Amino acid sequence: MSSPIISIAQKPRQTDPSGGSQGSPAQLDAPEAPKSPVRQFLMSRSSGKAADTTFSAIMLMCALSIFAIVLFILYILIARSKLSISQFGFKFFTRSAWDPVSGDFGAFPFIYGTLATSLLALLMAVPLALGVAVFLTELCPQKLRAPISFVTELLAAIPSVVYGLWAVFVLVPLMRDQLGPFLQKYLGWTQLFNGYNFGVGLLTASIILAIMILPIISSIARDIMLAVPISQREGVLALGATRWEMIRMGVLRNARIGIVGAIILGLGRALGETMAVTMVIGNHPEIPKSLFSPGYTLASVIANEFSEATGDVYLSSLIEIGLALFLVTIVVNAIARALVWAVTRGAPARAH
Amino acid sequence: MKLRLLAALTIAMMGGTAVAQNINAAGATFPNPIYNRWFTEYAQAHPSVHINYQPIGSGGGIRQVSDGTVDFGASDGPMTDQQLSQAKVKVMHIPTVLGAVVPVYNIPNLNKDLNFSGDVIADIYIGKIQKWNDPRIVKDNPGVNLPDHQILPVYRSDGSGTTYIFTDYLSKVSPEWQGKVGKNTSVKWPGPGVGQKGNEGVAGMVRQAPYSFGYVELIYALQNKMSYGTVKNAAGKFLKATPDGVTAAAAAAAKNMPADYRVSITNAGGATSYPISSFTWLLIPKQFSDAAKGKAVKDFLTWMLDKGESQAAAMGYAPLPVQVQAMVRKTIMTVR
Repeated sequence: MSSPIISIAQKPRQTDPSGGSQGSPAQLDAPEAPKSPVRQFLMSRSSGKAADTTFSAIMLMCALSIFAIVLFILYILIARSKLSISQFGFKFFTRSAWDPVSGDFGAFPFIYGTLATSLLALLMAVPLALGVAVFLTELCPQKLRAPISFVTELLAAIPSVVYGLWAVFVLVPLMRDQLGPFLQKYLGWTQLFNGYNFGVGLLTASIILAIMILPIISSIARDIMLAVPISQREGVLALGATRWEMIRMGVLRNARIGIVGAIILGLGRALGETMAVTMVIGNHPEIPKSLFSPGYTLASVIANEFSEATGDVYLSSLIEIGLALFLVTIVVNAIARALVWAVTRGAPARAH
Repeated sequence: MKLRLLAALTIAMMGGTAVAQNINAAGATFPNPIYNRWFTEYAQAHPSVHINYQPIGSGGGIRQVSDGTVDFGASDGPMTDQQLSQAKVKVMHIPTVLGAVVPVYNIPNLNKDLNFSGDVIADIYIGKIQKWNDPRIVKDNPGVNLPDHQILPVYRSDGSGTTYIFTDYLSKVSPEWQGKVGKNTSVKWPGPGVGQKGNEGVAGMVRQAPYSFGYVELIYALQNKMSYGTVKNAAGKFLKATPDGVTAAAAAAAKNMPADYRVSITNAGGATSYPISSFTWLLIPKQFSDAAKGKAVKDFLTWMLDKGESQAAAMGYAPLPVQVQAMVRKTIMTVR
């Protein structure tokens, strides 16, 4: 978060001497002075110093447990996929074969499908989500604000299998009979909408993913924008800016890091989403040639094939697919962090 | 007096602990409905035995019984020689019921069952036959007005016994399929098409998408009153799948039944044999470490033959043919 928000938010507290507290800071600093009633009360309850160290030690352990969990997952994924790692090596991630009969495996079509659907979903969801957030914070009449926020959060709470069912019964026929032919007719020249339109495929999966990540991005972006102090908006307006200029310079600019964070969270959900995607993507491990072609994602293939996988190499390859998903998530997150860093670097010094 | 009471009490307690059996099993999902019914009814008749079956899939069933983590497993496809030799326990295959796979399709305004030859089905999935009015489909369906429209093949995306049976059949009737694809619970689908999860996924897709073609389990098609096509059997007859036709296929195969029951009955001979049929098996260890458990499993298997088999047809499964039942009865006696 950029510091103008923090400094302004803290100002009232710093400049308010009464504050309701009984002991002033000066009293605590002086060793000879009688202890304040609050301190006396706390000291009668426990030894402050011991509690402090214990507390910080426990908190440190909590923080380190995150590392431990991640390392443990990584260890298990690598240990269990040893067989396929030794058989296919690093080429596993760039090979296109997936043949359980002959035991020939590669992850590339799945990695491609995962990245393509997630990025397409972001492309559709981010503008929409930001629009929702801006409308809610800046333009929305008070009466409408609560219902729209409520429905947005409701969308986030719907289980993914319900999204999948809805997609199968509504989105797929819509795509096959109306939206698909429309796109083919008017955007066919882009070559993105070639081939036979089954209704299921890359585009349908991306649309359902976009709908699923929309509420996450928009509700976090809304909270971030609400945190931008009113004075920032007033300042920009006072300088003669229009409404849109105020939103652009006063709100979006201040909230941009938080917004990128919201997008990363949405992307995380899109990368790992399994059920809804597998129901509409067509599950065909091929590099899709058009947006209508069926594809496959990393998470879907694990969910589909794990329970019936019999061969050792087959099983091991499926676990290595899990490893690939883990690595893709890490790499995509790293790129996103780098993006945040690049964005903040360009900001004026006061933003740090 | 006191002593006698104590002795009686001890015997009663010993009896109680010795008989109470918890048996864990896991495996195939296809026979799960009938297994569940069997295990529930068996538990009602024999309150001391409780069989806990988890339908985790054939692959999981094979793995768990091989590692000895469950008392017995279940699978839609037989274990391979390699899997049998690697297993920690000696595993026997006991056939229980039979299932079949039927072709389903969606051609608007067509109210006649279509006929399919095995090689035609294979070439639809290979991508050689792309249009519904392909001469080879027309040849099998004289007098039917087939549309000049692209076929959308639909297959199971999840690993399944259904796919195993289906691809086993296609491997037998199409040399090209055998060479290019082979048989397994999931395969590399060579041509165009989309994968959907579960019978319900494939059926839903076929129902929704005009000009699509797919395959589902017979029991699923029956329960959901779906119409399905006929398939040409080894004798050259187009047959619509019924539990009777499936049992007939098993009876035709019974003459050459190997002692370990690991036999594929797809494309079986006989004029009444439905060609895409298969046994489903329980994977029973030859020797139980706990003799009481072995006896409980043995008792259950006998009960299955006496009482269970007769329930199969009502649930859409095909019961074992009489000859095979007699063979299985002998095999069960070897369980220790």
